[in-house]
Amino acid sequence: MKKMASSLEIASINKRFGKGEKSVEVLSHIDIQVAPGEFLILVGPSGCGKSTLLNIIAGLDEPTEGEVRIGGRNVVGMPARDRDIAMVFQSYALYPTMSVADNIGFALEMRKMPRPERQQRIAEVAAMLQITHLLDRRPSQLSGGQRQRVAMGRALARQPQLFLFDEPLSNLDAKLRVEMRAEIKRLHLASGITSVYVTHDQVEAMTLGSRIAVMKDGVVQQLGTPDEIYNHPANTYVATFIGSPTMNLLRGETVDGQFCTRGVKLDLAGPGAANEVLLGVRPEHLLLRDDAPFRGQVSVVEPTGPDTYVVVDTPAGTVTLRTDAQVRVRPGDAVGLALEARHAHWFDAASEARL
Amino acid sequence: MTNAKTFLSPGRVLVYALLLAAAAFFLLPLYAMLVTSFKDVEEIRTSQLLALPQGLNWRAWVVAWSEACTGVDCNGLRPFFWNSLSMTVPAVLISTVWGALNGYVLSLWKFRGSDTLFSLLLFGVFMPFQVVLLPMSQVLGWLGLSSSIAGLVLVHCLAGLAGTTLFFRNYYSAIPAELLKAARMDGAGFWQIFWRIVLPLSTPIVMVTLIWQFTNIWNDFLFGVVFSGTDSKPITVGLNNLANTSSSVKAYNVDMAAAIIAGLPTMLIYAIAGKFFVRGLTAGAVKG
Repeated sequence: MKKMASSLEIASINKRFGKGEKSVEVLSHIDIQVAPGEFLILVGPSGCGKSTLLNIIAGLDEPTEGEVRIGGRNVVGMPARDRDIAMVFQSYALYPTMSVADNIGFALEMRKMPRPERQQRIAEVAAMLQITHLLDRRPSQLSGGQRQRVAMGRALARQPQLFLFDEPLSNLDAKLRVEMRAEIKRLHLASGITSVYVTHDQVEAMTLGSRIAVMKDGVVQQLGTPDEIYNHPANTYVATFIGSPTMNLLRGETVDGQFCTRGVKLDLAGPGAANEVLLGVRPEHLLLRDDAPFRGQVSVVEPTGPDTYVVVDTPAGTVTLRTDAQVRVRPGDAVGLALEARHAHWFDAASEARL
Repeated sequence: MTNAKTFLSPGRVLVYALLLAAAAFFLLPLYAMLVTSFKDVEEIRTSQLLALPQGLNWRAWVVAWSEACTGVDCNGLRPFFWNSLSMTVPAVLISTVWGALNGYVLSLWKFRGSDTLFSLLLFGVFMPFQVVLLPMSQVLGWLGLSSSIAGLVLVHCLAGLAGTTLFFRNYYSAIPAELLKAARMDGAGFWQIFWRIVLPLSTPIVMVTLIWQFTNIWNDFLFGVVFSGTDSKPITVGLNNLANTSSSVKAYNVDMAAAIIAGLPTMLIYAIAGKFFVRGLTAGAVKG
């Protein structure tokens, strides 16, 4: 059931609510190009504009300025029903008075697909999602995970030009969420349909996306592959938003070519810039070294199973490091911390942009 | 059994006694009407008000239905009954459908000013109808609907619209917005969403509105007496005329039978659909 995937271009989208001086800008100069078959993630905290952007693509909301092009055609002003886009909602939004089969077939019926063809499509999708035994039930008789599958089936059956996902896994418990995440990835690979996925969960963003747009206050902070976002964050916001535990940031400056924070010289070449900088280092890149000049005292030890998180109070502030579970440290222990130069992220302290 | 003890505790007994007393109090007039309607005039004069009749004498019912004088004519309540029916049924259906559509638009297709419009509409719920009598009769005159059943249907639709809109608007407010979004994305338009998604969810509130409107319109006297002509008087007006037409001996049995006939349709509606009424009033959120 594969068909040619469509491209999606979001071109200079602005969105303001209200008029005149009281207007609030919720999206500002959004430019994103999504290649056919790509899986784009929009990630950010609530209120960052990601859901508004998704609604604009869907046709449930209109931009103040800019264009949305699907397969090269501008769809701004076109009603949602004519855009050939399927959407999976956080609440699943299944039609309560219809059976599962009718839910899946509703869009096909609206498009006047003949009944035999429709039933065949429903059967195909149900088999793909392993919900064939549920086709006669009502949504109220299903569990959360089953409803999620039906919602996916409703979108899949349409074979649309574009899939939109609005936090589809937020209402599931942790175990089901991981399961469905893998399922969504599998279905995307199988269908090859261009997808845009909104989430506030960085793990979903990293695992699902072929590219990620990190958003904050209506502005795209960085657009890149999961690898680029994680290993080359464009600014401190992206650096601290993605990754768990959060990346450590240490404020300091370069003295005699060495990075110096609160009078403590780290055994690390600083950037050339004269003004204040921020050193970013991910918890897994901080190493425990007894002979390191950068020292601190362990305050909390959090074993997670495979790893242990160690929180250390240093003169430069509190840092977290991630170490394997074999390491035995206890609160109160004095430890030395080191890191390799290739794992250092440098940011300008004033602009917070990557140096 | 331990249950028997709690069931017959003094508190319980008191509660049931009070409930029975209240029920008896409210049912007593109906009982008095019923027993009186089966007595003849002589028996009414000699027996007590609450005494059972000597036999089931249907004579008063026949007179009330088809022979009693209501002013000059002596055809009983029958013509008025049919007038009421042909006025009430279309008025109830139209005002319910109309209110459902209004509620659908005002809660699920909000537009600039829709909330203000709804607030203004609420005035209609609390407005005393005496205020509209004169302008309404003027409008009916312009439309050529004066003194006709069609005119009464129109008046009742307009008078009931604020209430029916309020019912549906509040009920539909509980429908999640994402459901509508999903339907729009699936390619359904305004009417398809109404018929396929929203209306199937509406059974409880439709029942409430139907009962509410039927009771109001069937029982209405004010509009009936003001806007009807000789051939379009509803049963409430007929009952009034029947009871006020003087004869040498007051035929209480006929009056009672006539009053019961006039009230029978609304009682039947409650008996049949009453459980939906309570269910609909308490129904709120629509579960997915």
